[in-house]
Amino acid sequence: MSDTAERVKKIVVEHLGVEADKVTESANFIDDLGADSLDTVELVMAFEEEFNVEIPDDAAETIVTVGDAIKFLDKSAAA
Amino acid sequence: MRRVVVTGLGMVSPLGCGVEATWKRLLAGESAAKQVDTFETSDLACKIACPIPLGNGENGTYNPDQWVDPKDQRKIDPFIVYALTAAKQALDDADWHPTSHEDQCASGVLIGSGIGGIGGIYDAAVILAEKGPRRLSPFFIPGRIINLASGHVSIAHGLKGPNHSVVTACSTGAHAVGDAARLIAFGDADVMVAGGAESPINRLSLAGFAACRALSTSFNDEPKRASRPYDRDRDGFVMGEGAGILVLEEYEHAKARGAKIYAEIVGYGLSGDAYHITAPSEDGDGAFRCMTMALKRAGLDAGQIDYINAHGTSTMADTIELSAVERLVGNAAGKIAMSSTKSAIGHLLGAAGSAEAIFCILAMRDGMIPPTLNLDNPSVETAIDLVPHQAKAKQVDVALSNSFGFGGTNASLVFRRAA
Repeated sequence: MSDTAERVKKIVVEHLGVEADKVTESANFIDDLGADSLDTVELVMAFEEEFNVEIPDDAAETIVTVGDAIKFLDKSAAA
Repeated sequence: MRRVVVTGLGMVSPLGCGVEATWKRLLAGESAAKQVDTFETSDLACKIACPIPLGNGENGTYNPDQWVDPKDQRKIDPFIVYALTAAKQALDDADWHPTSHEDQCASGVLIGSGIGGIGGIYDAAVILAEKGPRRLSPFFIPGRIINLASGHVSIAHGLKGPNHSVVTACSTGAHAVGDAARLIAFGDADVMVAGGAESPINRLSLAGFAACRALSTSFNDEPKRASRPYDRDRDGFVMGEGAGILVLEEYEHAKARGAKIYAEIVGYGLSGDAYHITAPSEDGDGAFRCMTMALKRAGLDAGQIDYINAHGTSTMADTIELSAVERLVGNAAGKIAMSSTKSAIGHLLGAAGSAEAIFCILAMRDGMIPPTLNLDNPSVETAIDLVPHQAKAKQVDVALSNSFGFGGTNASLVFRRAA
């Protein structure tokens, strides 16, 4: 697992209080991990803080799975 | 009007988690006051408070994780955690867990707070100043605003009836119970979960209440002596925290399901001083009119009162309340016991009125009056028994609870043994 994936997974486990093995790349924050719309806002904030990036609202709306987050953050790290 | 009775009690207080844990220590004459060690107090005039005893949940200690999921606690101020804890206790005690749509819609919530999530507001203001608006949590607002205690309790227990809240400073808990009883009497609900919750033990609140000269400052080295209602050396209140929640129920509804009935709420009075933002009117007329209205509603004479749980905050206002009570009861003063439990648990602000309503009901149940601690030298003479130092056995059939708040807002509740 990439460094980004591990850090994302850790944040998701902490913020949503879910078991680590449920946090797969295909897991949808709302449908699979029990988040509500405010939880997802907070998750995005936590990603911003951890990776020191800014995620605009329109980009945040496209991050609906764990894999989406990893992909976005990998891309912004490369940029 | 429909009759309203109390069928469930819940509490988390500076003397412990749970009604019985608190009551036992209250009757034993224990004080919860101590020096604050959870934040910096070196520059504060008041360095003491009555915090809830945290622990593993045994021996009356409070372990919030046993009541509210830690991941949810992160999103809400402690006053909402306390409300959820005491509400669950009260609903379990009442054995009321509605599942049908009809029962859920007949069950409401009315929980208030004096200052709500002021601790979290402080933290958020610091984040805003230091890191900017994008770092504010989406849970900042819903986790701090006062009616969210009612909101969370309704969500946790599926209570779809009236969802309301009260904010009347230190009268909040009493107004919440009184207003909830009215909703039942009017037929808007059959069951109401009602009371107050408060979590004010933080640097901002201590500094703020000290700034308006409301807190005790002379007993920082002897915290257990600081809350001393009616005593000549009293110099301000001691901050407490917690929640007191009651399940109120329409009398026939309670009887039909065989619920345990603690007491009936027979009287509720409200008044305004129209005098000063923090001080009560010196003639005590607001308190007098409030108690008079509650007794009139109850159809009782002042001489029928056995016990008064006083507002008695350990401030100069204590004797104003006392003189209002003397005016109310006249020649019956000698048969009345009146104590201030704030001497033991401090001032729970918005939770005080509902916690003290619970103490009135327990006094009735057990025939025991909790004491006024530290009353070594009463500052005035009175024929009323202020129950100094030690609890006292006394039959209680009628009890009155007073609460008075900043802004000159007064509330009195009258409870009678259910016939």
